[in-house]
Amino acid sequence: MPQKGIIESIVAGYKKDPSRLIDMVREVQKKLGQVSSESAAKIAALLNMSKVDVEGVATFYHFFSTVPAGTYAVYLNNNIVADMKGRKAVAEAFEIETGSRFGTTTADGLIGLYETSCIGMNDQEPSAIINGVVFTKLTKAKVKELVAAMKAGKDIWKMAKPYGDGANHSKLVQAMVCNHIRKKGPVLFTPFKSGAAIKKAVTWTAEDVIAEIKRSNLLGRGGAGFPTGLKWEFCGREKALPHYVVCNADEGEPGTFKDRVILTEMPHLLFEGMAVAGYAVGAQEGILYLRAEYAYLKAHLEQVLDTLRKKNLLGKNIAGKKGCHFDVTIKLGAGAYICGEESALLESAEGKRGEPRDRPPFPVTFGYRGLPTTVNNVETLCTAARILDRGAGWFKLMGTPKSAGTKLLSVSGDCVKPGVFEIEFGLKVQDLLKMAGARDAKAVQVGGPSGTCISRGQFERRLCFEDLPTGGSVIIIGPQRDLFEAVHNFMDFFIEESCGWCAPCRAGNAILKKKLQKITSGKGTSKDLQEIESWGKTIKATSRCGLGQTSPNPILTTLQNFREMYEAKIHGDTDFVSEFDLEAAIKAASTVTGQKLTEAHHE
Amino acid sequence: MNKIKFTIDGKDCFAEPAQTIMEAAIANRVYIPALCRYEGLKPAGSCRICTVRVGRSHMAACTQPVAEGMVVENIIPDLEDMRKSIVEMLFVEGNHLCPTCQKSGNCELQALAYRYQMLVPRFPYEFPLRQVEPAGPNLLLDHNRCIQCLRCVRGITTKDGRPIFGHIKRSRKMKISFDRELVAALSPAEAKKAMDLCPVGAILKKEVAFTVPIGKRKFDRIPIGSEFENKRS
Repeated sequence: MPQKGIIESIVAGYKKDPSRLIDMVREVQKKLGQVSSESAAKIAALLNMSKVDVEGVATFYHFFSTVPAGTYAVYLNNNIVADMKGRKAVAEAFEIETGSRFGTTTADGLIGLYETSCIGMNDQEPSAIINGVVFTKLTKAKVKELVAAMKAGKDIWKMAKPYGDGANHSKLVQAMVCNHIRKKGPVLFTPFKSGAAIKKAVTWTAEDVIAEIKRSNLLGRGGAGFPTGLKWEFCGREKALPHYVVCNADEGEPGTFKDRVILTEMPHLLFEGMAVAGYAVGAQEGILYLRAEYAYLKAHLEQVLDTLRKKNLLGKNIAGKKGCHFDVTIKLGAGAYICGEESALLESAEGKRGEPRDRPPFPVTFGYRGLPTTVNNVETLCTAARILDRGAGWFKLMGTPKSAGTKLLSVSGDCVKPGVFEIEFGLKVQDLLKMAGARDAKAVQVGGPSGTCISRGQFERRLCFEDLPTGGSVIIIGPQRDLFEAVHNFMDFFIEESCGWCAPCRAGNAILKKKLQKITSGKGTSKDLQEIESWGKTIKATSRCGLGQTSPNPILTTLQNFREMYEAKIHGDTDFVSEFDLEAAIKAASTVTGQKLTEAHHE
Repeated sequence: MNKIKFTIDGKDCFAEPAQTIMEAAIANRVYIPALCRYEGLKPAGSCRICTVRVGRSHMAACTQPVAEGMVVENIIPDLEDMRKSIVEMLFVEGNHLCPTCQKSGNCELQALAYRYQMLVPRFPYEFPLRQVEPAGPNLLLDHNRCIQCLRCVRGITTKDGRPIFGHIKRSRKMKISFDRELVAALSPAEAKKAMDLCPVGAILKKEVAFTVPIGKRKFDRIPIGSEFENKRS
């Protein structure tokens, strides 16, 4: 039972503002270990909402639980690269040491074990988050230590050692996470003197700032590649006030972790980019929507914000310009891939379920709280700040005609040097593989599960918007791997992360996965290949948002580029293979009766 | 104000500014199959049955505004097959046993299945385990038949605008739920409205299931869409 007054004080702490519902629920979860039905009812009553709406939020996000989640809640990353790096053994060790199964808590309620989608640590897997603290490169021995510490009631935070490099080592972060910056480029990882961009910007008109960004040909770095200058222009000219700048720091595409490194090492560049965007679109308020998995960076980021305020680069009359105000607040997510979709992110930032909106209207006209909002990726905003500092001409000298500048890639999987690489657009995949020390890759997943899986014959292709666009995730799959495992893993990911709103995505992906299972278990025919392709196209065409419109890609792109792999699995010479397995069907009955019914039948 | 001119399957149509394709289609007496849409409710775009094609893009007619000169494709074989496949997905995702359903003959999912002459879904059945729960003194909520169209969520509210139904969880686990106190306060007339709003047999008012016998119900008499389309045999 909730202690008296706890819920009241939490709700009062957020001034009974329903748009802070996620923050309230997070605090309830943290203080009471769950968001019970009673807690939901109490919150609803205090906010004059329906209880079911509070429950809707509490059950949408992965890191909330309506039953006790455990004094220590272990969230083990289940993506494919974690599998490659030994997740199964680690998961087993957790189960053996705790005596409990994944998806449940120990009988005494002390430790809960859960799987979770990619937590942005692909270059240091297997990894897990325990009570918000990140543990990387887990081994059986480390798990043993961790479980012993939890059983002894120790502060889990003290077990996160050794600390990683750079700011990961700093007092406000103290995380095991490593940056693994393998290649520094001129845009993102060159030292940046705070003020260099915003001080220049405020001497120009907002229109001139936008014109400079347009001249640079900067395209959004989150994956969709919308021209940033145009977005700012659309937002800036909207009449409704106020305008908002929202930074999308919810990178959830499996295999991407580049924004984490930027947030760790170059947050001042990011915040300056937000200030420049604010000046350009006429916004005084910026929001950094930070994925819950990166909550360990929040204190660090808050401190950087404070420093910038002290330097008068944020706050009132910034950079010495009268009437020019801009500040940033940080809003935390709570575990949902879909919130990387900009309209779902806005819903979530307003304290609701992270469900995408119908568009049009687009966020530039109807965004945060229904007001004009520019939503930009972390890397995009950093790049914009650098363009202001160095100039569009300088920027355009890098990259390809249609993809100016550099791109930060998160490289993981079967390679010697996983980590982030800031490369010029136009780099050939094979050159990236060389840099990462991946000599004999058989497949490369470009752009994460929602992107494309390419085969050796395509390694000459170039990473850029004209050829192979990517939000940054590059997963290398070595010759020893069964590519089907990756395809299955990616489909499981989309099934779990679909918001459930629209029918084709909610129901269709599970149907595709079942068909894939039929094929990989050797029961498929060429008709199954035709069907899976056709069904995948229907889901892509009819789904409501980018998630469903790309979710069949793991199957469709491997079917296109690794057709022989599928053909080796199917019976090409027949139209029908029975899926019915008599032994399996009567297994339960056989166990109960102690006899093999098939034998009895044959006698 | 000038009307917007556009076409649906070659037919010249006219729309008011800001109308959606669906609203304009209805005004022009053109049937676009749909399931989650309900007159007077904010469109949800959740069932995707009303997907139409404009150029190379697919879009939900219920949420997409009409634009001048738009060339909308609607009743064409590949779109109709996509719609049929979504109907089939909804059939296999839940447990839809028409012969035992109180809503048979008044059910829009069933009516669409008839329209598309669905004999058996192309997808394997999932037979999920779902529950039937009482919702206050007047209603039953049968999750087996729910298609998550969100009509009840959008359409049934308290006088001060609070929703009585809501949806919880996500992904395939998403389901309709309700505020117990608020649902208990629904009058019999409001409960009847909730049942009528539900396109399938998921929200049922107690004690009225068979007032109109099966065989004499809405879609037993006329196929869905026939108010605009020539009656199909």
